[in-house]
Amino acid sequence: MARGMVIIGAGECGGRAALALRELGYDGPVTLVGDEPHLPYERPPLSKDAMVSEAPEIKAIASDAILAEKSIRHIHSVQAVAIDRTAHAVRLSDGSVLPYDKLLLATGSTPRKLPMPGLGRRCVYLRTFTDALAIRAHLTAGNRIAIIGGGFIGLELAAAARKLGAAVTVIEAQSRILMRGVPAEIARIIHDAHVAEGVDILCGDGIASIADDGNEVRITLADGQEISADLAVIGIGAMPVTGLAAEAGLTIDNGIAVDAELRSSDPDIFAAGDCCSFPLTVYGGRRVRLEAWRNAQEQGALAARNMLGAGEAHAAVPWFWSDQYGLSLQIAGLSDEGRSTVRRDLEGGAFILFHLAEDGRLVAASGIGPGNAVARDIRLAEMLIGKRAKPAPEALGSQAVKLKSLLAA
Amino acid sequence: MSDWVEACATGDIDEEDVMRFDHGGRTFAIYRSPDDEFFATDGLCTHEKVHLADGLVMDDIIECPKHNGRFNYKTGDARGAPVCVNLKTYPVKVDAGKVLIRIG
Ligand SMILES: Cc1cc2nc3c(=O)[nH]c(=O)nc-3n(C[C@H](O)[C@H](O)[C@H](O)COP(=O)(O)OP(=O)(O)OC[C@H]3O[C@@H](n4cnc5c(N)ncnc54)[C@H](O)[C@@H]3O)c2cc1C
Ligand code: FES
Repeated sequence: MARGMVIIGAGECGGRAALALRELGYDGPVTLVGDEPHLPYERPPLSKDAMVSEAPEIKAIASDAILAEKSIRHIHSVQAVAIDRTAHAVRLSDGSVLPYDKLLLATGSTPRKLPMPGLGRRCVYLRTFTDALAIRAHLTAGNRIAIIGGGFIGLELAAAARKLGAAVTVIEAQSRILMRGVPAEIARIIHDAHVAEGVDILCGDGIASIADDGNEVRITLADGQEISADLAVIGIGAMPVTGLAAEAGLTIDNGIAVDAELRSSDPDIFAAGDCCSFPLTVYGGRRVRLEAWRNAQEQGALAARNMLGAGEAHAAVPWFWSDQYGLSLQIAGLSDEGRSTVRRDLEGGAFILFHLAEDGRLVAASGIGPGNAVARDIRLAEMLIGKRAKPAPEALGSQAVKLKSLLAA
Repeated sequence: MSDWVEACATGDIDEEDVMRFDHGGRTFAIYRSPDDEFFATDGLCTHEKVHLADGLVMDDIIECPKHNGRFNYKTGDARGAPVCVNLKTYPVKVDAGKVLIRIG
């Protein structure tokens, strides 16, 4: 009898992989192990809509009924603690042992901890639904929320907190918000939107000290300025969850290192989603680790195909979005691959920056605008990037030229 | 009830494109396929309530602008994560240069 497929981490990636195994017709045992008490669920709403609603609910990737119908065994609230590669088995925190034919590690990432003394119970991080519920309770009119780190999660949370009437201060040590991966021109628009909504953004000054007495957090910046808050949410990036893989002796390189087929240094163990680093074909095999929802989805599905022997290489172009107030940002590709940019203005103040490599190849596109104004052109740009196209800069910059026509070229 | 409602003129939509149509407090999406046929579906994605008319049409697929969920707009079938609930479709006919849809 088949030992079956075991997936560690019941998040976006693990959940999608389990469903994909069944869609592909695999009929052996599929076991999904997660240390959270919930069904696999979507994280992006946790800093967006779910935060604004009165009683946040989980947006599940698959219901209990679907998991049962597809005979996917979901073991929740249990951690995988060790992998015995020789025996092809995983040991769980409840003492049980799960044998596997192929193993998928979809352990995700975890918030980077602020390496400072003085943090207490009013200093929190946002990753899980449980974190979100705890934070939600503090987002009330007049409450003071300090957000440490001007990245996406912190800024989205700032927008949600403002909608609920809280007073919000964002503290960013760098000279501007969204330093990583977002062009300054676009970060500026987001910055201004927050200021217009009453968020206080403090950039360019590190934190000298934090004092949390359990009721209030006092943050002192390097220049002496003091910020008092009822809650401090720390959003300074994420780290891949690699402990289990490292202890099993798998190669780690800014995440669990996998090849283009998402296979780790053990041919029967795959890794996908936020926890892995992989070679990005579209940039000549540059090794990256992404923290992006669609990537987790796509890699979960790809890992499932390859666990069944498809031998298919990852070929997708990275894609990311963020929503703040009425604005949506979308980025296809990695903008740091670009050497020059071309701007295309769209209706309603929306615009897209196309990032071109030295040789004229389109390597990324970053867009911002109200609603979904940039979506269609970003999607077309993504396809052009995937085709390694070298579109004429004038065509990219001109609203009169349809991007779809460039794709056909 | 089988009311045919005029949604737009045929020339209002390019081939392989989509347009939003609001009627009676509801919102629809009208498509023109690459082979010049017209189709209609509910206007909002079944994942989150987002207007599909801002999305991209490729062959017989409409891709949601928000998270790239896909539907076959001819049948309404959901075609992959994150969408899993099918889209409702509506009968369409073309009459004297007008696109009419039957809203049941
Ligand atoms: C608040 C928030 C907002 C976001 N917004 C966006 C957005 O707007 N756009 C976007 O593109 N991306 C966004 N993301 C990122 C996106 O959610 C992640 O990229 C995605 O969830 C990654 O999926 P994953 O399955 O790889 O990891 P995760 O979703 O982190 O799932 C991994 C799971 O594995 C569990 N686990 C780890 N180790 C073990 C173990 N040993 N045993 C058992 N279980 C284990 C973890 O507890 C977790 O439940 C957001 C993330 C957060 C937190
Ligand atoms: S709203 Fe359409 S895919 Fe999410």
